[in-house]
Amino acid sequence: MSTYKTISEKIFSDHLGRDVEAGEIVIVDVDFMMGQDGTTPLAIKTFENVGAKKVANPEKVAFIIDHNAPSPSEKVSALHKLMRDFSNNYGTKFYDIGEGICHQLIPEKGHALPGQIVIGADSHTCTYGAINCFSTGVGSTDLAIAMASGKLWFKVPQSVKIVLEGSLSTGVYSKDVALYIVKNLTANGATYKAVEFEGPVIDNLSVEARFTISNMSVEMGAKVGLMKLDEKAENWVKERTDKPFKSYEPDEGAKYEKIYKFDVSDLEPQIAEPHAVDNVSPISEVEGVPIHQGLLGTCTNGRIEDLRIAASILKGKKIHNGVRLIVAPSSKDTLLKAMNEGIIQTLVQAGATVVAPGCGPCVGTHNGVPSDGENVISTANRNFKGRMGNNKAFIYLGSPATVAASCIEGKIADPRKYL
Amino acid sequence: MEIKGYSHKFGDDVNTDYIISGKYKFSTIDMDELSVHLMEDLRPNFYNEIKKGDFIVAGENFGCGSSREQAPLVIKHAGISAVIATSFARIFYRNSINIGLPLVEVPTDNIDEGDLLTVDLEKGIVKNHTKDEVLKIKSLPKVMLKILQSGGLVNYYKKYGTLELID
Repeated sequence: MSTYKTISEKIFSDHLGRDVEAGEIVIVDVDFMMGQDGTTPLAIKTFENVGAKKVANPEKVAFIIDHNAPSPSEKVSALHKLMRDFSNNYGTKFYDIGEGICHQLIPEKGHALPGQIVIGADSHTCTYGAINCFSTGVGSTDLAIAMASGKLWFKVPQSVKIVLEGSLSTGVYSKDVALYIVKNLTANGATYKAVEFEGPVIDNLSVEARFTISNMSVEMGAKVGLMKLDEKAENWVKERTDKPFKSYEPDEGAKYEKIYKFDVSDLEPQIAEPHAVDNVSPISEVEGVPIHQGLLGTCTNGRIEDLRIAASILKGKKIHNGVRLIVAPSSKDTLLKAMNEGIIQTLVQAGATVVAPGCGPCVGTHNGVPSDGENVISTANRNFKGRMGNNKAFIYLGSPATVAASCIEGKIADPRKYL
Repeated sequence: MEIKGYSHKFGDDVNTDYIISGKYKFSTIDMDELSVHLMEDLRPNFYNEIKKGDFIVAGENFGCGSSREQAPLVIKHAGISAVIATSFARIFYRNSINIGLPLVEVPTDNIDEGDLLTVDLEKGIVKNHTKDEVLKIKSLPKVMLKILQSGGLVNYYKKYGTLELID
């Protein structure tokens, strides 16, 4: 047993009250769990199939209606009702339409804390690693069993470390860094692994910008994207909870399967081209591709900071004739802040359409399905064929600044000239 | 336990949106309704080509993307007996075991569309009758094998009444 531990090994060891190391399979108490409207209905069905009579710890469970919100059809409404009724009957926490995206709400409401083990029936649950929380995506059956028993089994993951050196140039954001890392590690470069991000680039990012990087860890297959809890992140958490928490740093000498170092000082804005997230090129190679729709939002880049960046570029300008720009704020809190700061006014005046806080068009259910042959530039985390509801459309991914600049020009454009 | 069937070959990085598109999977949890759309963005009409017991064979990173269990569920519901791939994405892997869909990790470069295969999970081998070749399956962690042998996590939990016995 190694005495030197990674963040994941420390969190699991502390939860179990004994030393564990990567590779071990363990059963642990889950500190918080959540499901959204795409995954919870199946979890409810499974919970009933198991014959469970009660939720072990209802105060540790939240359901969020974000993927199809407000409901676009009676079938979806029936699934939403199932969630509302279950929540009423079993006393679990509930966030209804318009409250926001699960991955914004869970940390924003203080449900996921540093040092905890949190599961979510959504693949981007890896996001809260940015505040030192071991959070990972699971399926509906896992959620159902965890609701019934309060526990779940895990394999303590091997870890890889990604050190980000240098500093980012103006107009280059954490999204560009995330795309660049996914390109270098590829779509399965960290499968089953916990990733630990560190280095001066992370230290200099806001907590919101860090969420963007942890969010996209799953795009290289990772189980979680962890970061240390510095003062900035600790203050962010303390503004959202009075509960005590503990944070973990990796030991000097902890065992990593691999350590990657990237100097991102010369990085230019990055674009993921259709139809794979690791199909990434510098913007200079993609500039000029005509676009028909922009999407600003999602659990990757729908936060207030992202809306501020886009608004600063769009202020006093109009989006290009023939381009739609859809804005989906990440939560009600984000929307209210954006209203107070005049950001919503700026975006709407520029020609944007604001939709309810939530996942919106990212998942291809409603609120902006592109037409055949159309190109979309989006701040989301996935550009799979058919992702936005039409398998004959093409999705490009970029930062909020890139989306804003591209909507002004009607083609993929380098945001640096607008800053 | 031996399973016999024909190969339906796909490439690398087959994601959960290809397995079952988001535009369907949010509106119902009725697998009869969903499974007819299996892989339709990659291969229209795929559902009708499947004979019960057939295999999906793919390259690296099968099942990357969403956590939605609808993906392994529709595969199972459509009559596919196991997915054979060079590697799998993590959540999909876990979900498949949880719902009792066997996953087989072997290098698949030499398996082609239409090859006749036998999978023996106990012996840990895949026989390719068309190519007259035997491949060794990467073994499952004990806990996963136990869940799979119980027919999935729900049956496991019902059988043992707890997760604690899992070791």
